[in-house]
This record gives sequence, C-alpha cells and structure tokens, in this order.
Amino acid sequence: MVKVRIPTPLRPLTGGKSDVETTASNIQTMIESLNGQFPGLKNRVCDDQGEIRRFVNIYLNEEDIRFLQGKDTPLKDGDEISIVPAIAGGSHADAGVAHPNERHR
Amino acid sequence: MTPTTHDTIKGLICRECAKEYPPVSLHVCEMCFGPLEVQYNYQAIKARISRQSIEAGPKSLWRYRDLLPIQGEPTVGLHAGFTPLIRAKNLGDELGLDHLYIKNDTVNHPTLSFKDRVVAVALTRARELGYDTVACASTGNLANSVAAHAAAAKMQCYVFIPHDLEASKVLGNLVYRPNVVEVEGNYDDVNRLCSEIAGERKWAFVNVNIRPYYAEGSKTLAYEVVEQLGWSAPDQIVIPMASGSLLTKIWKGLNEFHKLGLIDRVATKMNGAQAEGCSPISAAYKQGRDFFKPVKPQTIAKSLAIGNPADGYYALKATAESGGAMDAVTDEEIVEGMMLLAQTEGVFAETAGGVTIGVLKKLAQQGIIKRHETTVALITGNGLKTQEAVMHAVGKPTRIAPSLAAFQQTFNLGTHER
Repeated sequence: MVKVRIPTPLRPLTGGKSDVETTASNIQTMIESLNGQFPGLKNRVCDDQGEIRRFVNIYLNEEDIRFLQGKDTPLKDGDEISIVPAIAGGSHADAGVAHPNERHR
Repeated sequence: MTPTTHDTIKGLICRECAKEYPPVSLHVCEMCFGPLEVQYNYQAIKARISRQSIEAGPKSLWRYRDLLPIQGEPTVGLHAGFTPLIRAKNLGDELGLDHLYIKNDTVNHPTLSFKDRVVAVALTRARELGYDTVACASTGNLANSVAAHAAAAKMQCYVFIPHDLEASKVLGNLVYRPNVVEVEGNYDDVNRLCSEIAGERKWAFVNVNIRPYYAEGSKTLAYEVVEQLGWSAPDQIVIPMASGSLLTKIWKGLNEFHKLGLIDRVATKMNGAQAEGCSPISAAYKQGRDFFKPVKPQTIAKSLAIGNPADGYYALKATAESGGAMDAVTDEEIVEGMMLLAQTEGVFAETAGGVTIGVLKKLAQQGIIKRHETTVALITGNGLKTQEAVMHAVGKPTRIAPSLAAFQQTFNLGTHER
C-alpha cells in the first residue's frame, strides 16, 4: 500500500479525506487509480496533455518527483506520497528542501 | 469598491490555464493552482497613453498609472518611484563597460527600497477593495514599506518577518508602530504561515492575496529606465532575484511599452543575480532546467533569502526568452560589490546591491555583457539597512586630538598648500 496525502483544496473530491491509499506501481497509474476512486482529481493535478501541472508538486518520501523519474517514478509498498500546490506556500514544511551545501553533491 | 473611473483592468487571469476571474483579492487559480495575473484592456490604454502624456504626469511611479492595476485615483504612496538613473562612468571603467547605468532605488520614498513601488500599488488597491488592515510576509524591506505606508494611510498593520533580520530593518518596522511579528523560522516559514493566516482573516496580505496587484508595481522600474534612457530599452539589465517576481515584471514592463508603441524595439537581455547561499533559480538556469529545487538559505543577502521562489519558473522563462543569463556570487563577493559601488559611484547599497554588482562584474568578465552595450544594474535597497554585512570591511575613523599639530603629524601632508 502507498499512502497519499491530499491537500485541502482537493479534499472536496475525496469526501474530506486527507489521506487515501493506493496500490499503484508508479505515479502515472496512481493518478489514474485515484481518479477512478475520486472522479475529477486527475483534471486538477494534470493538464489537458496529461502532464502534471506546473504548480502542483508531488513528493515521494519527501523528494520532488521532478528530480526522480516524473510520472514514471516507481512506487513500492510503504511509500508515502504528498500532493502539494506550490504557490499556496505548501503545507509540507521541508519536503524537497535541500541545504544549499548539499546541492553540489 | 469605488466607482470605476478607469476601464483599464479587465480582471484576473490564470497564467497557466487562462481561467478568468473578476478583479478581486485572489492570487491562486482554484482550478490548477497557477498564479493569477491582472489582465488589462490594452486597447483602451493605447488610446490614451503617449510619451507626452507620461512626461506630463507626476514625478512618481504614478506617471504610469494607466499601466497599474487600480480603478480609482492613487491614494497611498503618492511619492514613490521616479528615482535617479545614474551614468556610472567610474564603475564602468572598472568593469570594462562603456555605457553602464545604475538605477538607484536606494533613495526611493519613503523607506529606501524598491518595495515602496509595489506597496504604493498594493495599498491603493487594498483600499479600493475595502480593506482596513494590511499585512505582509517579508525579508525586511517590504515590511518597512508596508509599515510606513500603513501609518500614513491610517490602516491597521501586521508585518511578519524572520527572527534573524538586520537590526535596522527591525527598527525600521517598530518605529511606525505596526504589529511586528517575528517568526522563529526563515522567510519560507513566514510565507507559509502568512498563507494560512490569509485564509483565516479578512486582511490584505500584500504579497499573498493582493499579490497580482502588488507585483505589477515592479514594472515601473522598467518604465522609468526606458524613459530615463530617452525612450529606449537597454541592451542588458542585471536584476537581483529573491522570488523572481521583479525580473519577471521588468520583462513584462518592457514588452508592454513595445506593445503600446512607446518604444520601437525590445532586445533587452534579462540577467538574474542571486547569492550562492540561496540560488535555486540561478542553479536551475545553469543546469538547463525550467524547474528548481527549493533550498534552505544561508547568505548575508537576507533580502534575497527566499529558498522556495514563487516566480522562479517565470524568471527562468523571461531570462530564456530574452537571451539573458543568471549567475550567483559568494558572501565575500557581495561585500566586495557593495564596497566597489560605494567607492566608485558614491552609492551605498544593501547586500542585494552587492549581489547585483558582483554578478554584473562576473558577466562582464565572461564577455556575456559586452563593453559597447547599454547596461543597467538595478540597485534595489539601501546599505544603511544592512550595516552588519560591511562593518568588518570598512575600517575605522582616524582619531586625533583637537589640534593642528596632531592633524599634521597624523596625516603627514607636508608643508601647507596656501
């Protein structure tokens, strides 16, 4: 099971639930599967071409999936996903934040 | 809302999905989470704006009022903007640039930074929208400006700052008696907190729910540079980046002037400057990415210490579109830049100015900015607010007894000249 944290603006679609679960094997199938459970969710997270919207950040265990394999990033049992609208300032304090000195590693 | 005397604002529009909204206090698209931007009626603007109409306007940023997102008359910050554009011959000689200019917002009115521009617009608009309380998340300069303008406008005021700001920036809030909230965290923590508070209170957070209007004030720096160069856009601009909003809006301002026929061409290269200790945008530029990795800032350039820059993507885009570059400098280079500007041009800039001059120097050395090009460096804040950064580097006065003998002995200037 993979746990997915849903941000406040998308909770009307999940019946108010802040955490949902999925068995998807990568980010792409996770979005499809969530959209099956909660119709309309994909449209909020992805644009018309199916690409993840620029101001939606998806973190796999605290790492921005843009720095992994994007939509093809594989998921495994026990992983945690957070969906965080970027410009809202985020609700996910340190997700994806690197110390400046760590960037050059 | 006051009756509409101008028909220049159409509404707000999402920069990402183009969903339209009325011109209210809203900054995020409810559909796709993209940032909202003011949409203008450029036809109506074009019908009434000209070089002459601008030149006949007040000696403040309000001479560009037709291109600013307010609906009535300006009521706050009537004297902000229209700062000097200095021909920087000495600094140009030092850097090998024949046509270098400094846009000097260290003397903006009333709080000595470019933030007086955005706040004049934001508070005028906040009043139009019926707010009596204003607030902001700030690295210092914005808080100073919001506090000062709120005092003059008799508005309630809350400013939120990180706990480790320079003493002068803290004092520069307290003196106006706003509620100064010092948050135990960095700017990104402050910003996140303010987003949450903005959801709870009916306040005008200038850089949260009023951001689409607020950010437009930055365009006036571009307008002034063009007008002060004799209605011509420069070849190169160097701009400090925190959220990336300033660079984005300068690019927008230049293109608006072109679209309205006020200038014939825009071939200006937009160059972004950051401190190495907080360089998420310039790092993305160097790696050829159009997305950035948020960082935890560690730099003396506290006014630029935004680790998760809201407009980073658009700054990267503007730089790419214009054919410009980005670079970053160390804390030592920042201090050197501040000293160099002070000692060549007599302009004491804050740390962000040191970042701009440091990057300007690098780009000139690398031949990215060329000797013959007309180049403008934007100096956005005053050095008296960040004294801590240069205290160790400026030396001490020479102390003497109050006698002619003591003076002559100390300075050993030889026989008298007259």
